[in-house]
Amino acid sequence: MATKGNKIPRTPVREQDPAIRATNFEEVCLGYDEQEAMLEATRCLRCPRPRCVQACPVGINIPGFVGKLADGDIKGAADIIGLDSSLPSVCGRVCPQETQCEGSCVLGIKNEPLAIGKLERFTGDWKIAHPEQFETAPATPNGKRVAIVGSGPAGLACASDLARLGYDVTIFEALHKAGGVLVYGIPEFRLPKERIVAKEVETVQKLGVKIETDVVIGRTMTVDQLLDDEGFDAVFIGSGAGLPRFMGIPGENLNGVFSANEMLTRANLMHAWEEEYDTPIYQGKRMVIVGGGNVAMDAVRTAKRLGADAVIVYRRSEAELPARVEEVHHAKQEGIDFRMLTNPVRILGDESGKVCGIECVKMELGEPDASGRRSPVEVPGSNFTMDCDVVIMALGTSPNPLIKDTTEGLEVTRRGCLVADEEGATTRKGVFAGGDAVTGAATVILAMGAGRKSAAAIHEYLSEK
Amino acid sequence: MYPILTKKLLAPHIYELVVEAPRIARSAQPGQFVIVRTDAKGERIPLTICDYDRERGTVTLVIQEVGYSSRKICAMEPGEKMADVAGPLGRPSDLLELSDEELRAKKILFVAGGVGTAPVYPQVKWLKEHGVEADVIIGAKTASMFTYVEEMRKVGRVHLCTDDGSEGFHGMVTGLISKLVEEDGREFDHCVIIGPMIMMKFGSLTTKKYGIPTIVSLNALMVDGTGMCGACRVTVDGKTRFTCVEGPEFDGHLVDYDEAMRRQAMYRDNPKNNPETHKCSCHGN
Ligand SMILES: Cc1cc2nc3c(=O)[nH]c(=O)nc-3n(C[C@H](O)[C@H](O)[C@H](O)COP(=O)(O)OP(=O)(O)OC[C@H]3O[C@@H](n4cnc5c(N)ncnc54)[C@H](O)[C@@H]3O)c2cc1C
Ligand code: FES
Repeated sequence: MATKGNKIPRTPVREQDPAIRATNFEEVCLGYDEQEAMLEATRCLRCPRPRCVQACPVGINIPGFVGKLADGDIKGAADIIGLDSSLPSVCGRVCPQETQCEGSCVLGIKNEPLAIGKLERFTGDWKIAHPEQFETAPATPNGKRVAIVGSGPAGLACASDLARLGYDVTIFEALHKAGGVLVYGIPEFRLPKERIVAKEVETVQKLGVKIETDVVIGRTMTVDQLLDDEGFDAVFIGSGAGLPRFMGIPGENLNGVFSANEMLTRANLMHAWEEEYDTPIYQGKRMVIVGGGNVAMDAVRTAKRLGADAVIVYRRSEAELPARVEEVHHAKQEGIDFRMLTNPVRILGDESGKVCGIECVKMELGEPDASGRRSPVEVPGSNFTMDCDVVIMALGTSPNPLIKDTTEGLEVTRRGCLVADEEGATTRKGVFAGGDAVTGAATVILAMGAGRKSAAAIHEYLSEK
Repeated sequence: MYPILTKKLLAPHIYELVVEAPRIARSAQPGQFVIVRTDAKGERIPLTICDYDRERGTVTLVIQEVGYSSRKICAMEPGEKMADVAGPLGRPSDLLELSDEELRAKKILFVAGGVGTAPVYPQVKWLKEHGVEADVIIGAKTASMFTYVEEMRKVGRVHLCTDDGSEGFHGMVTGLISKLVEEDGREFDHCVIIGPMIMMKFGSLTTKKYGIPTIVSLNALMVDGTGMCGACRVTVDGKTRFTCVEGPEFDGHLVDYDEAMRRQAMYRDNPKNNPETHKCSCHGN
């Protein structure tokens, strides 16, 4: 079995043609069909001490579910994933597999690693298409109520685990739609909203979880009110890290400069690219996106789809791009212009205050800094300007201070992240937190994992109470 | 969904809507705003809370028809429901932090214009409830454009002015501020100006001349209203601030109004902002 697995090349996955997809918002990767998935699954070596499992932030039994797939038992595969992950069709699409499971796959030493992400996605999508096979008897209500702040992956995961344990759970979401970054940030072409995200949210609702949108905790109600007036026994905060950073360089408030969050929210949550929706989006001919993470890749590829010439400006080199490898690869195929080792110093405006260019300086990599990454330093005198009419800042985000500012006894770190222990317990009794709100901007799988850990901790706390 | 209970035409193109939103009514404070979305395809539009009734669970909104989305809101009728009303957002008015004694020691002037009159009302009313009668200048182009004058007279000392002299002082609010201070010898130690950006700019220049600390309420463009996008950036005292979470009230003498006005006009040429070019499936137009 093992030797056979080694010889089969990685099953290629079907994708939309780059030239066509750069003009539409449909999903880029089409995923495996059943035959392809089964073929790919047979490549797994079933290592006795699987390194992929150790590298998975939530420890999914990868050889276990892949084995079921190889046997044609898709339901069995989904059940195994379900033990550790509640969002397989999302994580299969957006996890940085190359630094997690696939990055540790033994097959990858000599050949290409097993396509674990694509197999997870296949299994998750099958689960969505066959909801009747996953119906569970509703849990017996235990009479206790938990409030969840935020409907991103952390909140959704925490809510569904608690609902399964019999808790009466309500999610409060500030925006008009549930899903967090999955609906407002990550674009349709990478994560379909109706077909996937809405279905995952429905699954959570089917467990009896109530979702109240348009409720901003800290304003509409405070955490204290949830506990004291609204009768909740515990609160989980999964409010994410939505506050965008800007560079603080001259020209940043010119017309035509946006945070990636604004551009992506307009495009994804508000459907600004669709004619029949009312929200406008600022259309540029040449749009420069500053940054190199997933957010930057999503913004630049959205810019391209809006019909602009789209450029990435990043201060380190390609090797340091923090984005998923697949996204960088897709972006290149779509004709995105990558300017590495380049950093903006000033945004230029015309007499009416609209962006007309950006002045950058060339960078080179110096000594490794505290994080071990070689830090970029300016090359003196290498300034140059580029014409453009839109500049998008994708420099990272930090947690919104609203909840901390309005909740007694909730401590935060210097970077504004909520202080919480391994289980998600904050410095305030009965209040738990997880996901980006605690770690700062991280990943979907970590947020989901944190939500589940907190659900267990809340269960323990309320069982003792 | 948030049902519209009543609708009233206050002045040409200015409507008052009373909307059922119990959670918001319960926690709303003067100075705060909501974000509304008419329907699933609508924009998220910030509107100042002009009044609230905690018992009935309603908030009062005043909207002027200007662009596409404000017309759409104004076209809604009682019985119809707004898809979303989120809030209350922004910081409550600074005055709310003062004790009743501190308040009574203050000589407060409000300056309101256009749809800005409505959001001034809850603040003046709140002061009245705390034993303070404030002076309120209300400015309009012409007498038929006045809104909220009767309501305001019940809670404050009202001074009217019109550009064309059809009612009250003949001139702009800036002229009336000067008249009160210079001719009538009135003294003020706190001023709140709410109205069109241009009025807040020149109003603040005038109060600066008399050394009256001034607060303005900025109506920047917004998307989420929770601090997540930065669409609402303004420069105050040389620093970038997010209007939706750090405002909407700022020190009127430190705001960069020219930048704020320029940013407000960001989408003015966008086809979606033009009722002629952006046709929408609802309301049959
Ligand atoms: C553009 C973009 C692309 C990304 N790409 C990837 C990727 O490819 N792979 C990956 O693993 N990760 C990616 N990430 C990161 C990932 O999306 C986040 O780490 C993850 O969503 C965090 O989940 P969360 O539940 O903690 O918070 P979020 O998903 O941010 O959800 C928080 C929710 O809480 C709500 N909220 C906030 N404050 C309040 C309040 N006061 N009251 C009520 N509700 C509130 C917010 O509106 C939001 O809906 C990306 C992020 C962005 C922005
Ligand atoms: S409106 Fe988005 S940050 Fe203020």
